[in-house]
Amino acid sequence: MIGFLNSHGSELIIKTWEQIYIAGFSILLGVIVAVPLGVLLTRFPKTAKYVMSITSMLQTIPSLALLALMIPIFGIGKLPSIVALFIYSLLPILRNTYIGMAKVNRNLVDAAKGMGMTTMQSILKVEIPMAMPIIMSGVRLSTIYVISWSTLASYIGAGGLGDFIFNGLNLYNPSLIIGGTIPVTILAILADYLLGKLEKRITPATKRSEA
Amino acid sequence: MATAKEIVSFKDVAKIYRGRAAVTDVNITIKEGEFVCFIGTSGSGKTTTMRMINRMLEPTKGTIIFKGKNIKKYDPVKLRRTIGYVIQNNGLMPHMTIKDNITLVPKLLKWSQEKMDQKARELIKLAELPENYLDMFPAELSGGQQQRIGVVRALAADQDIILMDEPFGALDPITRDNLQDLVKHLQETLGKTIVFVTHDMDEALKLATHIVILDGGKVIQDDTPDNILQHPANNFVKNLLGEERLLQAQQDTLSVGDIMSKNPAHITLGKSLSEAIWEMSRHHVDSLLVTDDSKKLKGYIDLETINDHYAKDLSVSDIYANNLIKVRANSYLRDTSERILKQGYKYVPVVDSDNTLIGIVTRASLVNVVFDAIWGKDELENPEDANLPASITEGSEKA
Repeated sequence: MIGFLNSHGSELIIKTWEQIYIAGFSILLGVIVAVPLGVLLTRFPKTAKYVMSITSMLQTIPSLALLALMIPIFGIGKLPSIVALFIYSLLPILRNTYIGMAKVNRNLVDAAKGMGMTTMQSILKVEIPMAMPIIMSGVRLSTIYVISWSTLASYIGAGGLGDFIFNGLNLYNPSLIIGGTIPVTILAILADYLLGKLEKRITPATKRSEA
Repeated sequence: MATAKEIVSFKDVAKIYRGRAAVTDVNITIKEGEFVCFIGTSGSGKTTTMRMINRMLEPTKGTIIFKGKNIKKYDPVKLRRTIGYVIQNNGLMPHMTIKDNITLVPKLLKWSQEKMDQKARELIKLAELPENYLDMFPAELSGGQQQRIGVVRALAADQDIILMDEPFGALDPITRDNLQDLVKHLQETLGKTIVFVTHDMDEALKLATHIVILDGGKVIQDDTPDNILQHPANNFVKNLLGEERLLQAQQDTLSVGDIMSKNPAHITLGKSLSEAIWEMSRHHVDSLLVTDDSKKLKGYIDLETINDHYAKDLSVSDIYANNLIKVRANSYLRDTSERILKQGYKYVPVVDSDNTLIGIVTRASLVNVVFDAIWGKDELENPEDANLPASITEGSEKA
C-alpha cells in the first residue's frame, strides 16, 4: 500500500483529477441539458413519451460500445469520453425531472396560476422547488454511474483512474487494479455524500426545524 | 344593493370540451358586494363557470364582462392578480412560510418589503391567528388554520372580487362552520364580492345573498335565497332544497296576521265584573282581553283575579292587568311562535299599528300550522276555531 503510494502517488493525484474532470463535466452537461428538457417535456406530454423512449434506448447501448462509437466522430481523448458519458447521464436526470415535475400537486400549480403567476414563475418558484428531491435523486444516481463508467474512458485515451486498472489487467498487477478501484469507489461515495448535502440545502424547507 | 355596480356579467357563455358541452347559455350578472353561490351537483358546470371569470378557462362562446370590459381584453396574468382565488385543500405552498404564502401576490406585484410585512400582520389578524404563525410553514398548521390563511391570502392585494372553489369541502363540520362565519364576516365588513362554488345547500343558504343553481351545464335558477326558497323553479331545485327546508321556509314567512283568529273574546273597560263573568261563560274562556271603547287594547282580566277581588261596585277598569305581550299582525310567525311555545304564554293578542285589537294567536292556531305543514291544508280548515274561547280553555287546563 505504502509502496504503491510511493511509486504511483503523484500519478494517482493526476489520474484522480482527470477522473473528476471527465465525470464532473459529463454530469454538469447532463444537468444543464436534462433538467430544462425534463421541465419542457411536462408541457408536451405526447412528445415526452417519444423522448423518454429514445433516451432509454441510448441507455441500452453497452457503455464500452458507446465510447468506441465516439472515436470516429470525435477521435480519441477526453472530448469523446465526455460526450459519451453525458449521453449516459441524461436518462436518470431527465426521467426524474419529468416524473418530479409531473408529480407536483396539481392544486398547487392551479393555485399558482390562479393567483397570477406566469408559467415561468410557477415553474421556478413552485414546481421545481417541489420537484427538487426527485430531480436531485436522479442527479445522484447519474453521478455514481458516470464516475464508475468514466474508468472505461481510459480505453479511448481519456486518462483517469481507469489507466491504473487497465494497466494492472495488462501487466497482471493486482496492486495497480486495487489502487485504481479504491479511489474510484471513494470518489463515488464522496460525490454522493456531497450531493446529498447539496440536496438538503436546495430542497426548500417545509418545517421550521429543517430550515 | 339594487343600485350596486355590475362587476361580472356572463352573456350567452358556453364552454365546450371536445364536442361535449360543459356549460351552455349562461347569463349571470354579479353585482359589487354580492355573495354569490354557484351550487349544483358534480358535473353541473359550477366550477367551470367560475373558472372562466379569471380566465383559468376560456369560454368557447359568448362574452364575460369584468368591470365593464370584456375579459379577453385583459392580460390573463394581470387579471388573475386582481381576483382573489381560494381552492379546496387550500393550495398553500408547502415550501413557503405563512408570511410568504400570504404575500405571494403582493410579491408578484413587486410591493416593498415593508408594505408586505405590514399586510401580512394585518391579514393574520383577520384570520384570527396569532402573529407568530407568520414564520411557520403550512404543514405545522391544522387544516382549518391552513384554510384560514388560504382565505385571507386572497385578500392580500386588495382584490375586490374573490373566487372560492368549494373551499371548505374537506373540513370537518365544526371547522367548516367557523370558516363560513369568517368568510361571511370578512365579506360583510370589507364589502368584497365573493363567488363561491359549493354543492352544500346549507352552506349556500347560510352565506349567499344571490344563488345560482346549475344542473347539466345550464342555469336552472338565479335569484336571492329567499326567492328560491319561496318559488323553486322546478323539481330539481325542490329536491336540492329538500322537503324540510321548503316547509320551514313557508313557515318562516307566514305572518301573524295569516294565522290569527279574528274577533277574540274581549270586554271594554267600563263593564262591571259580573258582566265580565257572563262574557267568559258565554265564550267558555277563563280570561278576557280588555279594550277601551275604540277597541284599543288595554290589558286582560282573568277569572282568578275576579274571584279574588269580587265586589259588586267594581268595574273591569279597576282590576285588569296591563302587563300584556302583544304582537303586530305583520310580524313573522317564527318570532311569535317562539314566544308562545318557549315562554308558556297561552295566547298573544294581535294589534294593528294604532294598538287596536284585531285578533289573537293561541296555541291552537299554532297547532293548526303544524298540522297544515304535516298533513296539508284542506282537511283541517275549520272556521269554528276562529273563536278563541275553546283554545283558551284548553290552555288553562294545562296551566
